[in-house]
Amino acid sequence: MARDDLRATFFAECEDLLDQLSEGTQALEAGTAEDETVHAIFRAVHSIKGAAGAFGLNNLVTFAHSFETVLDRLRSGALVLDTDAMHTILRSGDMLADLVELAQAESDEVPDAMPGILERLGDLSGVSEPEPALQGGSADGEEELFGFAPLALAPIDLDEAGPAEPEGYRIRFATVPALFRHGHDPVLLFSHLAALGDLETHCDVSGLPEAGAFDPDRCYLAWTLLLRGDASEAAIRDVLIFLDDFCEIEPLSDQNDLGETADFDVMGTSVRPFADASEARAAPAPEAIAPSQPPAGAVTALPQTEPAAPVEKATVEKQKGPAKPAAAMSQTTLRVDPERVDRLINTVGELIINQAVIAQKLIESGFASNSDIMGDLDDYQYLARELQEGVMAIRAQPVKPLFQRMQRIVREAGEMLGKDVVLVSEGEATEIDKTLVERLAEPLTHMIRNAVDHGIETPDKRVAAGKPAQGTIRLSAAHYSGDVLIEIADDGAGLNRERILETAVRKGLVASDAKLTDPEIDNLLFMAGFSTAEKVTNLSGRGVGMDVVKTAITSLGGRVSISSRPGQGTRFSIALPLTLAVMDGMVIRAAGETLVAPLSSVVETIRPKPEDLMPYGRDGHLLSIRGTYVPIVNLANLLGFTADYDVTPNNILILIRSEHSGLVALAVDDISDQRQVVIKSLEGNYGTIEGISAATILGDGRVALIIDTDAILSLAGNLGRDRAAIEETGHAQAAAMG
Amino acid sequence: MPRPQQWGDDDILEFVTLKAGGQSFCIEITQIREIRRWTPVTALPHAEDSVLGVMNLRGAVIPIIDLAARLGLGECDASSRHVIIVVAIGEMTVGLLVESVSEILTVEGKQICEAPTMGGRDAPNSILGLISIEEGMSRILAPEILVPRGLTDAA
Repeated sequence: MARDDLRATFFAECEDLLDQLSEGTQALEAGTAEDETVHAIFRAVHSIKGAAGAFGLNNLVTFAHSFETVLDRLRSGALVLDTDAMHTILRSGDMLADLVELAQAESDEVPDAMPGILERLGDLSGVSEPEPALQGGSADGEEELFGFAPLALAPIDLDEAGPAEPEGYRIRFATVPALFRHGHDPVLLFSHLAALGDLETHCDVSGLPEAGAFDPDRCYLAWTLLLRGDASEAAIRDVLIFLDDFCEIEPLSDQNDLGETADFDVMGTSVRPFADASEARAAPAPEAIAPSQPPAGAVTALPQTEPAAPVEKATVEKQKGPAKPAAAMSQTTLRVDPERVDRLINTVGELIINQAVIAQKLIESGFASNSDIMGDLDDYQYLARELQEGVMAIRAQPVKPLFQRMQRIVREAGEMLGKDVVLVSEGEATEIDKTLVERLAEPLTHMIRNAVDHGIETPDKRVAAGKPAQGTIRLSAAHYSGDVLIEIADDGAGLNRERILETAVRKGLVASDAKLTDPEIDNLLFMAGFSTAEKVTNLSGRGVGMDVVKTAITSLGGRVSISSRPGQGTRFSIALPLTLAVMDGMVIRAAGETLVAPLSSVVETIRPKPEDLMPYGRDGHLLSIRGTYVPIVNLANLLGFTADYDVTPNNILILIRSEHSGLVALAVDDISDQRQVVIKSLEGNYGTIEGISAATILGDGRVALIIDTDAILSLAGNLGRDRAAIEETGHAQAAAMG
Repeated sequence: MPRPQQWGDDDILEFVTLKAGGQSFCIEITQIREIRRWTPVTALPHAEDSVLGVMNLRGAVIPIIDLAARLGLGECDASSRHVIIVVAIGEMTVGLLVESVSEILTVEGKQICEAPTMGGRDAPNSILGLISIEEGMSRILAPEILVPRGLTDAA
């Protein structure tokens, strides 16, 4: 049991270490690596090796050992990082991830590619035979079994320990006279920086003139900031984006940290490598605070003694402190069983509903809205919302690991197709619900592969088109008005609309004489049974197309759209809700029942004019809208609430779109509200209901059912039948062709 | 008369007695989560007649079943005088609409009589045993059968 726990911890740690590894290798590849990067990679591999030995994961140990040998040569400068070596390192990182995965599945399988990569590693390590790593590895392992718990910190290893990571950055701000005139407020900037880590500011007031010559519009100050923590340089640059030219950012490593010979233990205190030094320096002078106003008489300036002048460019290897047992205190994250968080989220959801119920009851019992109790209730509501946001934030995770996985997809796909593609990711820190991160992986993988396969051209075609040989795929995430927006944009050839239209016509998805606008043609890609791949590659075009992606995104409550410019590339945009626990819904009434329609599938709502309603067949109706006809379904009838299927101009029509049935109008009695609803599953206590996806609880405490628009439309089978017939022909043809 | 095997002779058992369809029933107290006043429910589409709908039990959505209708004793016209007994059946929580809840019976295992099987249409296993009470007898319900047919398949 305890061993199982240890295993689970091991794999959880591996995940983190592999993330660090892939982050490092990417930096290496991008050329933004610093000395420390190689050490970080080395440590990650070494940690995996050590713990893997403890669990007797021999494949993993063997491989990690060879990998580590090469990395060791790299960091000692014995190996020059050329394209070839870089390639091997990237492949090795992927292989290591595969091996961890295999080990987790308790499989002893040796991946096909492993011997090849081992051989490459052997070449690079300058040793003809890979060392018999097994014995060494497991010996290591025995040793480290005892020290397993602090694995996350750093390996305990006398010989191979690298110097401490730069746990922070030094940012030097030159005096920018026009700082204030350009609308910058250092206090704001610094407080943003302070949010990234532990910020220490030192102000240089030596530029201040005599009082008489003082110009309040002018900035006379310079600053030196020390930011401790694990904030990335990119994050810092983000904050200082408008002042990029005036500030200098350098990592705080032992080299430039005041030139002090810090004699702290490399491993044990690697959490705060420069803390000791900085505290020592900060002690004699009171800590300066960034002045909000230029006349900063009260600010105590620190003697600026060129703190960071690293005179000697010493070898990085010099830091080899005596190893002390690593202290288990650098745990900055908390591992919590997701179920506990879910329970908490549920309870908070109930609290909010309960609050709404109380509010409604108080109003009903005649309390004035300005009465004391209503004021208190407002506070209650505010607190409950705060609590909800806080709890939701626990589930939120940055998209970074997801995006990093995509790097690998691009690499592999590019290699397989002989294309040179680089993936640039933006907004990796954007946080979304954990479940969304997990469930996005597959559609995103598919889209990225598609972009490499269909979007990016081969290098010679690109050069011929006057573009750089290397294609770029831009993957970005950002919060946008309550949604998360994820974009995948390539700089490839753009969509071949002629071919798309031709294929669609051939497959009977559109009429041959149909006149479609460009966006309409682009959206054909999302139709079921559509795949443009001229030959079936094992990357994309396996019969599943973008329609699967769209279905996956829709099932997450999101939307996906496409835009393309010939010769310039294609962009897919995915808009997702922040969480799966709440969604935007339209509260509707049908035959006396209150229902909720997911807002994401509602296209528009209409109060029909009598002349727009056309009888169709024995008891059907069509809505004439802007020159087309849309079938109308009486929602209450469809759900069996009433036998009445008539549609009158008194009904309100809600136009919803589904992937399979196109546009359909649902006739309802009334729309009463549009609000966020907390999603409650029905399956636990009841089971699945056709046409209903879940339930929610409204302000009055009553349960309202959330309709499943796709299922509703398939319930209205007779309406979809004609379309289904067409689709089937399409599928049959596709099958015949495939 | 032989006793049902699940109860030992000397077990001290507690049952809540209730009225549904004019008859007295009882449910072992350990299966009952709480007893609530009737509040209007939200109807479920395509549900069988005995499933009245779902209601909000402190944030959980639970189905409400008309016990009388479920046992074939005629539908109950729910009003605020009626009572919902919330029972736990395995992983599920279900509310049973009954006419009233009467008392808590404390009996010894040997006081429970086996229910005669008569092969009637609602008889199969729905009654686990019988307890004699002042006004006659109370029927011990098997909660498993209270889950509407089809629900368990769907879940």
